[in-house]
Amino acid sequence: MDLTKEHARKVYHAMVRARLLEAKFSSLYKAGKIVGGVYLGRGQEAVSASIGARLEQGKDIFAPLIRDQAGRTAFGEEILDATRTYLGSVKGPMKARDGNIHRGRPKEGVVAMISHLGSSLSVLGGMLKARQLQGKLDGCVGATCIGDGATSTGAFHEGLNYVAVEKLPVVVVVADNQFAYSTPNSKQYACDDLIDRAKGYGVAGHSVDGTDTLACATVIGQAIDSARNGAGPQMVVAKLLRLSGHGEHDDGSYIPEEIRTSHYGRDCMDVGKQQLLERGWLTEEELADWEESAKQEVQLAVTTAQKEDEPDPYKEDWCALARGSYRNW
Amino acid sequence: MSVTYIDAIRDAQYKALETDETVFIYGQDIGGFGGAFKATKGLQEKWPDRVLDSPISEDAMVGMAIGAAIEGMRPIIEMQFADFSSVGFNQIVNNAATHFYRTGVPIPITIRMPSGGTPGSGPFHSQSIEAIYSHYPGCIVLTPATVSDAYHMLLEGIAMDDPVIYCEHKFLYRWLKSDNYDGDGIRLPIGKARITRPGKHATVVTYSAMVHEAVRAAEMLQAEGWEIEVVDLRSVKPLDTDTVIASVARTGRLLAVGEAFPWGGVTAEIVARVVKEGFHLLDAPPMRLNAKDTPIPYHPKLWAAHRPTPESISHALKQLLAY
Repeated sequence: MDLTKEHARKVYHAMVRARLLEAKFSSLYKAGKIVGGVYLGRGQEAVSASIGARLEQGKDIFAPLIRDQAGRTAFGEEILDATRTYLGSVKGPMKARDGNIHRGRPKEGVVAMISHLGSSLSVLGGMLKARQLQGKLDGCVGATCIGDGATSTGAFHEGLNYVAVEKLPVVVVVADNQFAYSTPNSKQYACDDLIDRAKGYGVAGHSVDGTDTLACATVIGQAIDSARNGAGPQMVVAKLLRLSGHGEHDDGSYIPEEIRTSHYGRDCMDVGKQQLLERGWLTEEELADWEESAKQEVQLAVTTAQKEDEPDPYKEDWCALARGSYRNW
Repeated sequence: MSVTYIDAIRDAQYKALETDETVFIYGQDIGGFGGAFKATKGLQEKWPDRVLDSPISEDAMVGMAIGAAIEGMRPIIEMQFADFSSVGFNQIVNNAATHFYRTGVPIPITIRMPSGGTPGSGPFHSQSIEAIYSHYPGCIVLTPATVSDAYHMLLEGIAMDDPVIYCEHKFLYRWLKSDNYDGDGIRLPIGKARITRPGKHATVVTYSAMVHEAVRAAEMLQAEGWEIEVVDLRSVKPLDTDTVIASVARTGRLLAVGEAFPWGGVTAEIVARVVKEGFHLLDAPPMRLNAKDTPIPYHPKLWAAHRPTPESISHALKQLLAY
C-alpha cells in the first residue's frame, strides 16, 4: 500500500487520543481512583494504532492485549468504554465484573482478553474459521497484538500454528518491547530476532521499527491488506521499548539507561509528529486542536463514568451460567 | 439389534450434525480415521466441512471453539483422552467458563472427554477429572452411566448455552449395551439424579462407570439380606442434592463412590452437602470410597485394585451397615 495522508492522520489521531486518555488513567490510579492496575501502551501507540486504523469496525476482528489503547481507539472503541471499565461503572461493557484492559465486545469484533498470554490467538482463529464455515469470511481480517514475553507461551505457539495450518486471514503483531515485566528478552528467546520464527510457522514475516510511526502504518497496513487479500497469516515484529513500567505500580527502574537512550528508546509520538509536520500532513495548530479536544473528551468520559453507579453486590445475580435457571446447582 | 455406549455418542453427534447446521466437531484424528475410539466414524464422509481434524494442540482446539461459539456456532471438541484436556485447561476454565459472566456472550461448546480407566492404560490415559472442571464456576459437567443417558445427555449438552464437559467412560464404550436409546422410558432432565436400584438399608451415591460397580456390590449384599439403594447422579454439576438427601432420608446411611482420586472431589462434595443439609437423617458417619492416592497404575492387577470394585464397595458398605 502507499501510505496516504488520510491514513497517516487516522493513525496519529488515535495515538494522540490514546496517550492523553492513558495519562489520565495513570493520574487516577496514582490518586487512588482506579483500583487493580493501569497498564499503559506508552511507546507502543504507533504499532497499536497502525493495527486498529487498518481494520474495519463491524467487519474485522481485533484481539487487543494490554498495551493496545491506541489500537482500540483507532478501531473505533469509545473512550467511554475504557473509562467506564477502569472506573468500575456498571454501564461499561464488562458491567464492572472485569476491569481495566480485560474489556471487549466480542459480538462487535473486539475479543475480551484474559490474562493468560497468547490465549486470544486461537480464539481469533476460531472466530474466522466460523465465518469460513458460514460462508462469511470473504474480505475479513483478524488481528492481534502480543509482546515478546507472550511469544514464549504454549498458547501462542499452538494458536499461531493453528491459524497457519488453516491459512486464516490473521495478522499477529509482536511488539518486541525488550522487557516482559522485568525480564529482558535475552531470557525470553534465543533466536536472533523473533521474525526468524515466521518461517518456522509457515507465515509471512515483516520487520518494522516500532518507534517509526509512518513505517508502522505502512508495514502493518500492508500485512493487514495481504491477509485480507488471501495471502494467509502474517507476522509482524515491531522492535521498540516500553516507555513505562509493566503497569503504573512499576517504575521500570530495571531498564538500563543505555537502552532508554538508544534508538529504540525514542517516543513514537515525537517521531510521528515530526513525520507528519515535515510532510505537511498535519499542522501545529491542528495538533493543538486534536490535543485540546481529546483532553475534553477524556474529561467528559471521566466525569460521566464517575457519576454512574458502581455495582451493587445485593443486586448481582451471582450466576456464571447463561442458563440462569440453573444458578442454584 | 442392540446399541452400545459408544454407538450412542456417535449417533447423538450424527443427529446433532443433521439437525443443527451450527454444530461442528473438531478434534484429533476424528475425520477419515473416525477418532481414536471411532466415536466419529463415517461422520466426515457425510459432513466433510463440519468434522474437522485438528493439530495436537488442546489449548488451541478449545480456543478455536470459543471463537467459533462467539460467532454463533456450537462446536463439539473431542479430546482424544480426558487426561490431555489438562493442556487445554486454561482455555476451558479461564476463557470459556468466565466468558459469559465477564462479557454477557455465552460460549455453547461441548467438550467430550473420554474418561476413566481401562486395563493397561496407565497414568495418562485413565483419568477421571470431572471434579476439577466442576470446581470452576461456569461449566456444566455431565457423567452419563447408561447408553440412553450417553445419547440424550450429549444432545442436551450440545443444545445448552454454557460450556459443557461431557465425561464419557471408556470402560463402558463397547461393554455397555442396550436395546435402544429409550432406556427405562423415563427421560430425566439434566440436573436430576436417578434411583438406579431402590433399597432401604444404605445409599450408594455414584456416577459414570461406578454405577455399575455399585449395582454389582448391591447384588452381592442382597444375598445377605441387605437392600442397597444406588443413586446415579448423571451430572456432577449440577449436583442433584435433593434426590441424594431424599435417599439418605430413606436409608439413614451414605456411601459416596467415585473413580477419581481421593483428595476432595465429587464424593467429598456429596458428603459435605449431606452432612450440612441432612445431618439429622444419618444413622452412621457418611463414608467415601475413591481410587487410591497414586497415579493410575499400568498393570491390570494394580489397576483393578486402584479403583473401587464391587468387592471394595461391598466391604465399605458392610462397615457402614455395621455401625
